Amino acid sequence: MAQVNNGVSASATQTQPLWLLAEVTYRCPLHCAFCYNPTDYDKHTKNELTTEQWIQALRDARKLGAIQLGISGGEPLLRDDIEDIVIEAKKLGYYSNLITSGVGLTEKRIQAFKDGGLDHIQLSMHDITEEINNFITNTKTFELKKKVAAMIKSHGYPMVLNVVIHRYNIGHMKEILEMAEALGADYIELANTQYYGWSLVNRSQLMPTKAQVDEAERVTNEYRAKVDGKMKIFFVVPDYFADRPKKCMNGWGEVFMIVTANGDVLPCHSARSLPNMQFPNVKDSDLGWTWKDSPAFNQYRGTSWMKEPCRSCSEKENDLGGCRCQSFLLTGDAEAADPVCTKSPHRHLIDEAIVNAQNPQLQAQPIIFRNDKNSKKVLEGEFQERLAAFHALP
Amino acid sequence: MVQHTIRDQDVYAIAMHHRFQWEEAQQCYVILFPEGMVKLNGGAGEVLKRIDGKCTVAEIVADLKATFPDAPNIEEDIMGMFDLAVGKAWLRKVS
Repeated sequence: MAQVNNGVSASATQTQPLWLLAEVTYRCPLHCAFCYNPTDYDKHTKNELTTEQWIQALRDARKLGAIQLGISGGEPLLRDDIEDIVIEAKKLGYYSNLITSGVGLTEKRIQAFKDGGLDHIQLSMHDITEEINNFITNTKTFELKKKVAAMIKSHGYPMVLNVVIHRYNIGHMKEILEMAEALGADYIELANTQYYGWSLVNRSQLMPTKAQVDEAERVTNEYRAKVDGKMKIFFVVPDYFADRPKKCMNGWGEVFMIVTANGDVLPCHSARSLPNMQFPNVKDSDLGWTWKDSPAFNQYRGTSWMKEPCRSCSEKENDLGGCRCQSFLLTGDAEAADPVCTKSPHRHLIDEAIVNAQNPQLQAQPIIFRNDKNSKKVLEGEFQERLAAFHALP
Repeated sequence: MVQHTIRDQDVYAIAMHHRFQWEEAQQCYVILFPEGMVKLNGGAGEVLKRIDGKCTVAEIVADLKATFPDAPNIEEDIMGMFDLAVGKAWLRKVS
């Protein structure tokens, strides 16, 4: 009992996938410009795992120690078996979370989720204005989101909102927080856009200025002090405006495991953008082997893969060199230091991106919205110029 | 230092939207909540598993003292754990 006063252990066990993200489909009724999903997702829409394959994956991951389950996509509600997945998750002892745009959530379905033991629902919101919501998602979904928020609350669920922040809504931070409070939100995550997938090709169209980010953070801190813990507010700092990289996924193969719509098992959302990597698939590989022993999950585990300047850096344990995908997409070298780091010889790429985002000519380029038509075009070789700028050709 | 007023006759339960459970793979108790989880060490788990929305703080202290008669300063540790758990909003006061 001697240590009870310090009863919280912050560190996770090194070798267990505590968080399992099930990206059950890449189909999505929304077409958000900032989506991190792969631009070539269309090739994964016809070979989704079956219900039975998902249930087996949940069982296998639970044995490895997975506890937190995110059911995401695309829009997971486009599958009609989420109810079955939820029931199995409950049976297995997961703490389960449906990550949704709200499109497709009906009274009947939410009641089935409640009865089946789903623990919470994370709803994406986009802005306080119908105009920006409908513009950035390329859909007319503003009124629907408000209705869904009320439905979530009325079923006794905690209200967990996620708002992706970009140039078009960053000036509305106070109003967004007021809206969240009025909806009865228990948690709100203000997630500054990270640049992967669709958001990367739209980077110059989405990125705010440093001054806007600073102001948004100031407004958020002020609001947090005002609500005094009644609504938990998370502000995810945009790494481009920091001088050290994020500890991406809390480390490669440390605590996160993602199973994608077609069954590929990844250590992070964008890992398939890395070259020369073979990711195991739940259809033909044992999940325990995948997590512990597969070459893909060991490739960037720990620090032994590092080269300079990371290898001899006194801070290397703090961020583990940042994000492998960001390093590759921006520098062409997956083992380079994350260019966000001011010790990286590639930091100029980040500084140039910040400057370029204010270049009227680049700003005027059309947004490439995330939709099936554009994904097919990516696979057919269109948008070469925009993709090649980031080593992001499929 | 104790920040919250926790009295002997108070009754607590695990907070809404939080779940407390034993994890076989980790060999520890955990608290789960939206967007997070906390692994508890043995002592913290012993306190939390007795919080059921019925027992008073005094009853929980007495039970732990009886279960761990050789633990020094146990009462202080238990009250510290209550204080932490209330501060983190893992617990809600029932009465």
